[in-house]
Amino acid sequence: MFYRLSGVHHTRYETARRIWPVPADRRMVYLVLALAVAAPLYMSDLYLTSYMLPWLIWSAAALSLTLLMGIAGQLHFGFAAVMAIGAYTSIHLTRAGVPLELALIGAGLVAAGIGCIFGAAALRVKGLYLVMATLAMQYLVDWTIINVPAISGGAQATLSTPSVTFLFVPLRGDTALYYGALLWAVIVTMLVLNIKRTSFGRALVAIRDKDFAAAVIGVNPFKYKLLAFFTSSFLGGVSGAVLAFCYYQAVTPEQFGFNVSIQLVAMVLVGGLGSVIGAYLGAGFVLLMPIVLTNVVAYMAIAGWLSVSSNLLAHIPLMVYGGLIVGFILFEPLGLAKIYDNVRKYFLVWPFRHTQS
Amino acid sequence: MDIGYFLELLINGALTGLMYSLVALGIVLIYKSSGVPNLAQGAMVMISAYLIWVGVSLAGLPMIVALALAVVGMFLFGLLAERLLLRKMVGQPIIMIVMLTLGLEIFLRGLGPGLLGAAPKSLDLGIDLMPIIIGEVFINRAYLVGAVVAVVMIVLSLLFFRTRLGTKLRAVSDDHVSSWSVGISVERAIGISWGLAGASAVAAGALWGSVQGVDWTLSMLLFPAVAVVILGGLDSIYGVLVAGLIVGILGSVIPGYVDPIVGGGTRDVVTSLIILLTIIFRPHGMFGREDIERV
Repeated sequence: MFYRLSGVHHTRYETARRIWPVPADRRMVYLVLALAVAAPLYMSDLYLTSYMLPWLIWSAAALSLTLLMGIAGQLHFGFAAVMAIGAYTSIHLTRAGVPLELALIGAGLVAAGIGCIFGAAALRVKGLYLVMATLAMQYLVDWTIINVPAISGGAQATLSTPSVTFLFVPLRGDTALYYGALLWAVIVTMLVLNIKRTSFGRALVAIRDKDFAAAVIGVNPFKYKLLAFFTSSFLGGVSGAVLAFCYYQAVTPEQFGFNVSIQLVAMVLVGGLGSVIGAYLGAGFVLLMPIVLTNVVAYMAIAGWLSVSSNLLAHIPLMVYGGLIVGFILFEPLGLAKIYDNVRKYFLVWPFRHTQS
Repeated sequence: MDIGYFLELLINGALTGLMYSLVALGIVLIYKSSGVPNLAQGAMVMISAYLIWVGVSLAGLPMIVALALAVVGMFLFGLLAERLLLRKMVGQPIIMIVMLTLGLEIFLRGLGPGLLGAAPKSLDLGIDLMPIIIGEVFINRAYLVGAVVAVVMIVLSLLFFRTRLGTKLRAVSDDHVSSWSVGISVERAIGISWGLAGASAVAAGALWGSVQGVDWTLSMLLFPAVAVVILGGLDSIYGVLVAGLIVGILGSVIPGYVDPIVGGGTRDVVTSLIILLTIIFRPHGMFGREDIERV
């Protein structure tokens, strides 16, 4: 019953090259997709808008970052800045009367253009120095957004999104916003999954593993590093725009600060570098775990099992978040994706463990 | 142009810069011996300021005893951090190490204020608040003391590298395997460098805590410290001194003239630009050793 590899014999290249070659995986993906599409039917509005919606959008952002960090191996500690560029561009474009469909593409292109400047640092340095360079650029972009009133609408200003329609559907109400986010998450997922099995993806992996060796076998590091930054920043920019339109609805520069960049990297690392399912698991874990644990501690404090000051309670999310990063790097450097993979491999051949492939 | 204003910016900037280099010293000590960029140094400065505050205000100890206890505490903290966290990371990709230290930073940033309260606490080192006035120039006494302590600490660590233990640390920073082969315990040397970084964090914590109060914002010193370290070279102690002066002066003089025009926050921009330009034109910094990558 659980021997799900039985009868799976690939006799043609097309079947072996499918995105999910094992039918059981495919069925599970369909099931998850169906559950996600049907979510407005069985979830309360609160869960839909304050958990599912941000989770999907942050997963899309983490996926864009994992394309760059996990697959192409270029470290990026300024991804929130890229998302901010996308968010602000899309808002200004729609305010100028551009339809949202075009504004999203415009946001992606502007973010990708500026993202390539981030990438220019990657052409010269790597590793730690690239971390520092992208970090410095994050500060520069933040400062520019805050201090140029034409972008942020003045210091400490919030810029609210105009009401728009997407593909003739007005983007208003929880359900419409949720489907917008879901659509973007599905698009990014399919794109990243497909990039991983094309020559472009394999070139990026070659660059990640050793850029000199890649150059020797004919992969142009200059071209592919910039392409990796371009693609990933495009996706990140549109994710930022989707975040602004579907979730925040009013953006301030603080929503895309340095801490958000760290949070994105944490999502990618906790999920597992370069893994698609890891981006979803990591985003969910990093977003929800601090909230869940704080609620648990608060509940225990109310029940009288622990005495916790309200001040300590306020700092528990930060401690959990830091501890989570440290714990995952120490004990499971390959992240949640590896845990998922272990479980999946176990059940793939269960109960005939000796046949494990 | 008002020369007095310029001189004041210049001198106070130089003194602040020397205090940045006190924070940066810890990063260099660790990077030199183990090649680990310790991005938790800002939080270590914050934690040591909290330790001193606990000693003085809660336990009622004299300042000098509290300082000594904090040095011991942070030395042990450094040893423990190395033993429990960083030793497992040998051979891991740099992103893992960077994120580990950042995770530690975030954790400490929650722990300190969480246990002791988020409101800023004052730390009185007994420095006179009246500025020294030379001509038209006002010099903040706390910054002056800080700068003197920073120079003393840097000179001390330069001298330390001449001692027997320091020579071992230099050997370890050159090559781990060859140090092992001549009988130097690389693990212990790296542990000691973490301990020393913890001890130097106490000096930084005491001085910065007395200047801007003890709260989580002390950990934000990481950013200028990183600029100092990158500009000076990740493994150079002279570099910390010179780069501290440069970062401090540029970070004080340029905002002094540009801030009124663009509306504030230029100091971070100057710091970012220093990091960025250094990395683009001379990644190993002014005095650092150039990384040679073997293919």
